[in-house]
Amino acid sequence: MTGLVSFFRRLEGPQTVGRGPAFWSLFAVVLAAALAYPLFSDGYTVGNTVYFFVWVFIALSLCVIWGYGGSLSFGQTAFFGIAGYGYGVLTLNFGSAYGFTLVALVAAVAIAALFAVLLGYFMFFGRIAGVFLGIVTLAVTLMLERFMAQTAGPEWHIGSARLNGFNGMSAMPPLTIPWPGEPIVLFADVGLYYLVLGLLVLVYLALRILMNSSFGNVIVAIRENPERAEMLGYDIRKYQLITFVIGAALAGLSGVLYTVWGQYITPSSMSMTAAALPLIWVAVGGRSDLTSTVIGTLVVLAAFQALTIYGSQYALVFMGVLLVLTVLIAPNGLVLGVMNWLGRLATRFTQKAG
Amino acid sequence: MDIATHVFSALYQFGDAFAFLVLSACGLAVIFGMMGVINLAHGEFIMCGAYVTAATVHAGLPLPLGILAGTVVSALVGVLVELAVIRHLYDRPLDTIVATWGLSLIATQGTLIMVGSTMAGVGTPFGSFQVGDYSYSIYRIVLFCSALGVLAALYALFNWTRFGVLVRATIQVPHMAAALGVDTRLIYSLTFACGAGLAGLAGGLYAPTMTLVPTMGATFIMEAFVTVVIGGADVFLGTAPAGGVLAVVKSVMTSWQGQLFGQIGLLVAVIIVVRVLPKGISGFVLRERT
Repeated sequence: MTGLVSFFRRLEGPQTVGRGPAFWSLFAVVLAAALAYPLFSDGYTVGNTVYFFVWVFIALSLCVIWGYGGSLSFGQTAFFGIAGYGYGVLTLNFGSAYGFTLVALVAAVAIAALFAVLLGYFMFFGRIAGVFLGIVTLAVTLMLERFMAQTAGPEWHIGSARLNGFNGMSAMPPLTIPWPGEPIVLFADVGLYYLVLGLLVLVYLALRILMNSSFGNVIVAIRENPERAEMLGYDIRKYQLITFVIGAALAGLSGVLYTVWGQYITPSSMSMTAAALPLIWVAVGGRSDLTSTVIGTLVVLAAFQALTIYGSQYALVFMGVLLVLTVLIAPNGLVLGVMNWLGRLATRFTQKAG
Repeated sequence: MDIATHVFSALYQFGDAFAFLVLSACGLAVIFGMMGVINLAHGEFIMCGAYVTAATVHAGLPLPLGILAGTVVSALVGVLVELAVIRHLYDRPLDTIVATWGLSLIATQGTLIMVGSTMAGVGTPFGSFQVGDYSYSIYRIVLFCSALGVLAALYALFNWTRFGVLVRATIQVPHMAAALGVDTRLIYSLTFACGAGLAGLAGGLYAPTMTLVPTMGATFIMEAFVTVVIGGADVFLGTAPAGGVLAVVKSVMTSWQGQLFGQIGLLVAVIIVVRVLPKGISGFVLRERT
C-alpha cells in the first residue's frame, strides 16, 4: 500500500496538472472506457482511433521539448519521418519472422534518437536558442523532405527496399508478436489498438514521473531562465540535448506506429503542413502540461477530421486561424486554461464543504 | 572552351545564387534585425508579390510596374498583419514564430481555395546571350543587379534618411527613442511593412522565372532562413556577406552534384557556422570591432 502511495506521489508535482484521488479516479474511469471501447465499436472506427493515438506521441514529444524545455523545434516531423522510413527499410529487408518487427520498431526509434544526438550536439553546444533553433530544425526537416522526394529512381534503394521518391514506401509488414504456435499479427484495428493504448499510458505516466523528478525541474528552470540555471551549476547544454533526444525518440515512435498503422510512409509526412499540425495541437491544448497536450491533440484531431469531411480545403485554414487566435488570446493553451479553471473551482468547492 | 568561358560560367552561377539568396533573405533580415521577430509567413509574402505581379501583367501592365504593384501590395498586407497580429507579440518572440506560421498556413491554403492550384505565369523577358558553348539568360543578370541595387538602397535608407536614423535609434534603445518623441509603434509597423515589401519585390522579380503555385514560398524560405541565420541580425554586415559565402557553396555544390546537393551544402554550412559563430557573421564582425 505504501508502495502504491509513493508511486502516485512520484506521478504528481508542480510540473503537471492533476493530482489527488479525484484526478486519478477520473483517470481510471477514462482508461477503463478506453479499454472497453473496442467491444462496442467496429474495426474501422477502432483503426481510426489508433490513428489519433499515434499522433499523440509526436504531440507529447513537442510538449516535452517546447512546453517544458522551452526550445521550439519544428523538427519533430523529421524524426517522425526518419523512424518511419527506418522501420520500412528494416522490415522490407529482413521480413517479419521471429518478432523482427519489434526489433525494427526499437531500432527505428534508436536511429531517430541518434540523429537527434548529432543535430542536437551542433545546436545546443553551438548555443543556438530561441528563434534560431526553430529555423535550423525547420530547415533540416524541409531538406529531408526534398531529399526523400527525389529518390524516385531505381538507384535509390537500401538493400532490397526502394525509397520510391514522392510516392514513398509501402507494403511494410504489420507488427508481429512471436507466440508459440501462431505469431500474433497486429493489424490496424483492435490488436494494434491495445498495443498503442498500452504504450500511450506507459509513455504518459513515465513522462509525468520524469517531469516531476529533479531532471524535469531543471528542464523547467532552463526554460524560465537559462542563465540562472547555468549559474546554479547545471550544464544546460547537456540537459537540453537529453530533452531533445527524448523528444526525438517519442516523435520517432510516433513515426514507426504511423508506418505500422497505414503500412506506408511518404516524404509529405515531413512537409511544412505536416510539421505545422503537431504545433497546433500542442499550442491549442496547452504546451506546458502533458495532460492538456493529450486532450488537446485528441480534440483538435477529431475536429479536424470532422471538418475535413465537410470541406477538406477549409479545414487547414481553420487550423491556421485556430493557431493564431490561440497565440493571441490564450497563449498557454485552451485546454490547460479550462483545466486550471476546473481545478480552482474544485478547490473552492472543497474549501466551502470543509 | 577556354578558361575565360569557364570563369564566366562560374561567375554567372555565383551571381545567380547570390541574387536568389540576398533577394529572398533581405526582407526577412530587415524584420529580424530590427525587431528580433522571425516572420515564418515570409514565403507567403513572396508568393503574394509574385501573384500580384503576374495578375497585373496579365491585366496589361508592363513588367516593372507589375513588380512595383506586387511590392506595394505585399507591404500593405504587411501593415495589416502587423496591426492585427505581430503588434501584440513583441515581447514573446517564440509566439511570433508560431503565429506567423499559422498565418502562412492560412495564406497558402486560402490562395489554393481562391486562385486555384496554379496561376498562368509570365514569360521571362530579354531572351538570352551566348558565351562559348552555353547560352545565358539576360534576366538573371538583371536579377543580380537588382540584388545589388536593393542592398544599396537599403544602405542609403538606413544611413542617410531621417527614417533610417529613427529606425536605428528604436532598435538600439526603444525606451529612449520613445522618450525622445519617436512613435516606436509606427516605426515597427513601417519596418515590418518594409520587410514585407522586400519579400513582395523578391516574389515579383522571380515571378517570370518560376511556376506560380500557392506553395512557392517554400522554395524561398529555406534559403532565406539559412542566409539570415548565418548572417545574423545586421543586413549589411550579415546578409550580404552571408549571401556571398553561401552563393559560393551553393553554386559549387550545384554544378558538381546538382540542385539538391546545392541545398544540402547550404544546410551543412549553416550547421557548421552556427557551431563556430553562434551570432552569425555580423555578430562576429561586431564583436571584433568593440
